[in-house]
Amino acid sequence: MELITLAKQAILKPSGITESEIDTIMSRLMSSRADAADIYFQSTRAESWVMEGGIIKEGSHNIAQGAGVRAVSGDKTGFAYSDRIELPVLMEAANNVKAIVRQAQQASVGLSLPPSWPSYYAPIDPIRSLEDRQKIDLLRRVESETRKLDSRIEEVIVSLIGVHDHILVAGQDGALAADVRPLVRMNVTVIVVQNGRREQGSMGGGARSDYRYFIEQDRALNYGREAVRQALVNLEAAEAPAGNMTVVLGPGWPGILLHEAIGHGLEGDFNRKGTSAFSGRVGQRVASDLCTVVDDGALPGRRGSLNIDDEGTPTERTVLIEKGILKGYMQDKTNARLMGVKPTGNGRRESYAHAPMPRMTNTYMLPGPHNPEEIIRSVEKGIYAKNFGGGQVDITSGKFVFSASEAYLIENGRITRPVKGATLIGNGPDVLTRVSMVGNDLELDSGVGTCGKDGQSVPVGVGQPTLKIDGLTVGGTSV
Amino acid sequence: MQNQDQLSELKAIVQSLLDEALRQGASAAEAGLSQENGLSVTARMGDIETIEHHRDQGLGVTVYFGQRKGSASTTHLSPEAIKDTVAAACSIARYTNADDCAGLPDRELLATEFPDLQLNHPWPIDAEAAIALAIECEDVARGYDPEISNSEGASVNTHQGIHVLGNTLGFLHGTMSTRHSLSCSVLAERGGNMQRDYWYSVARNPSDLESAIHVGQKAAQRTLRRLGARGLSTRQCPVLYAAEIATGLLGSFIGAISGGVLYRKSSFLLDSLGKRIFPEFIHIHEYPHLIGALGSAAYDSEGVATRPHDIVSQGVVRSYVLGTYSARKLGMKSTGNAGGVHNLLIDPGTQDFNEMLKLLDTGLLVTELMGQGVNMVTGDYSRGAAGFWVENGKIQYPVEEITIAGNLKDMFRNIVAVGNDVDLRGNVRTGSILIERMSVAGA
Repeated sequence: MELITLAKQAILKPSGITESEIDTIMSRLMSSRADAADIYFQSTRAESWVMEGGIIKEGSHNIAQGAGVRAVSGDKTGFAYSDRIELPVLMEAANNVKAIVRQAQQASVGLSLPPSWPSYYAPIDPIRSLEDRQKIDLLRRVESETRKLDSRIEEVIVSLIGVHDHILVAGQDGALAADVRPLVRMNVTVIVVQNGRREQGSMGGGARSDYRYFIEQDRALNYGREAVRQALVNLEAAEAPAGNMTVVLGPGWPGILLHEAIGHGLEGDFNRKGTSAFSGRVGQRVASDLCTVVDDGALPGRRGSLNIDDEGTPTERTVLIEKGILKGYMQDKTNARLMGVKPTGNGRRESYAHAPMPRMTNTYMLPGPHNPEEIIRSVEKGIYAKNFGGGQVDITSGKFVFSASEAYLIENGRITRPVKGATLIGNGPDVLTRVSMVGNDLELDSGVGTCGKDGQSVPVGVGQPTLKIDGLTVGGTSV
Repeated sequence: MQNQDQLSELKAIVQSLLDEALRQGASAAEAGLSQENGLSVTARMGDIETIEHHRDQGLGVTVYFGQRKGSASTTHLSPEAIKDTVAAACSIARYTNADDCAGLPDRELLATEFPDLQLNHPWPIDAEAAIALAIECEDVARGYDPEISNSEGASVNTHQGIHVLGNTLGFLHGTMSTRHSLSCSVLAERGGNMQRDYWYSVARNPSDLESAIHVGQKAAQRTLRRLGARGLSTRQCPVLYAAEIATGLLGSFIGAISGGVLYRKSSFLLDSLGKRIFPEFIHIHEYPHLIGALGSAAYDSEGVATRPHDIVSQGVVRSYVLGTYSARKLGMKSTGNAGGVHNLLIDPGTQDFNEMLKLLDTGLLVTELMGQGVNMVTGDYSRGAAGFWVENGKIQYPVEEITIAGNLKDMFRNIVAVGNDVDLRGNVRTGSILIERMSVAGA
């Protein structure tokens, strides 16, 4: 069945609102000559299960639905939302938001919605993909198999989350665009103890798929194995060094470097306003010529993928940096219009209760010419960082951090011993100019990323090949 | 009075939810309902940028079948939605295992007195007036100095909410509260280098907010002082946490003595009750009943009565921070902290900020931290930082792109002084905190 039919059935039918009523609301919105307007309908069902202390301890089920109404005039936005999808409520919302339009603008310049769009995942309901009994069995199996791996394991915590999300975007011309978005996520955390020393390891994954994803390719059990491996490595970790040194980043999730160092700084809103360290730098060199970085919301099944963004724009592969040269920004409709460029399918929002803005989808660097072993061999003294926690950036000063959770010393071209996790800090606009080697081993992360901006969280992906950076500050304790 | 009617109506919904849970076979249940509405406006470059009208509601229920538990939530309040939500929670409880610590709080710990903490002060401000206030605030910041070059705008937010909590032990209570804020963020530029900073004021009562002029000036001053920031070479030195970020240090301490990490044995402060982890002059208290304060509450998120108590005295941990479940896992009683602490205060010392700088003498004043580099299991601490290099008690120049690192156990033990320059805005209140020595890394 078509996405639009599925979304109408899931959202419009239960609320009883009709398409002609949507037209009525839209006419009200546009009556004040807004440049653009849209209504975003959403219905989401989510569940989560947690196994801890050897028992299935918690489960929860959540249903949320509502609509967000928006009018845009120049660079001004009026926005209101309600969890009641009812004509009088949405008409009141429309009245509230159209107040933003204070002067008559030029004739409407809003973009219409696409007649059709491709699909990068099936419109399946993950929550119904397994019987509840089977979900429990999966958690139990992961927990018991993980616990068996090592006698030093003290606790194993396994969580499973499934989301079935329907969205429907009504554009100002009355056209509708829709998406049905499945999302699953699993995580295994272990605590290990050895001679009184306690360490933690954590691994998970996810996709726009259903729960069978975790059974396929033995993924769920592999998360447990990987969590245990990391925890045991950390038991042996010594103090991390402090100072500026050569850093080799492993493939996959360390791509959070790209997300923080350049990704946020290339979002259209900051650049339209001139508040990003990358503002006005299109066409300039911001990375070594080994670096080509893209944002791609059109990858099949990835956590950060979308068929259409939350404004109804089909997602695409947007080249951000090509051979070291800054090519462009990630855009939603408003910022694209104000900057005179095309939207890139990056208009995203956490839910109907949040206004959309430019956000990343899956951000990664293309592979380069170097063999990963060759990269390690080229380093006399430095750090090999294999796994990371979160990161953060100040888009104005360009300073960014990301925190290693598994790292090793490199001495004389060899990985020698593990060191404790440490925060790495750098300057976004120049860190990639110091990339001197790029591996041929591109990996995308396992599907765990969540990005926060202005209080809104959205699922994202990152990826990269092994990278060598000649000089990054490592925040260890060993001075 | 409309609010009182609304409160009665919401209490009736929560009661019907609890009744429905029992009807569907649960042996006990707890339910919460919240309704909030608000207005947020942002002005940028002297003109209105966004107006947002917020209206949220949510309903959550946890059911117990003996020691088995299930939870569900929804944004719908209709009788059918209530029935479906209870059914979803009951369905989940069929699959969870019996957990001997699961269940409602001990009856005798539930709050029975509900002092008026004066948390509800609606702000009768319309969108036009809010925009005018935001524009005034941003104008002050933008006009403060020629080096202020750009703006992320000024925002005015006002929120009002009703929260009702009930359980099948007969607890049923609602609280109305408000929260208002005014914030501003501007950029400054010198020699092609841009910096940004912000300031905000937040209060239950709009008359307690700092003036738009003050917020705008502070935002501009904080941004300007960052211009010309340099790096710093790698070293060990004393570190002074400015009051507004010292709250994070206390937050890490509370995180490490909270029930969840303690019973999971994933805290670096396991078995710290009764042990000295701070110097003797450190005293930390929880004051849940402060009139009109942001963190004030008569009961926690389970209905357990909150009470003023010492968490640390003479540097010794006197109490953990526990909800019902984690308390039972540890063989203890709830401390009324399900959902967190309510107004945490560390006794201020006698020095003001300038005297704290003198005490620091030569070292790093940290005014901003980046990233989440705190390992709760080990206490290992490594975070991005920005601030000022200080010599002989005087600020020399701004610094950026550095990290500060240590282990929280050592950092707590090596607190030299707490200032009397207390940041009163949040739920955690402290003055600036001086730590004897940390590792600083830079280029």
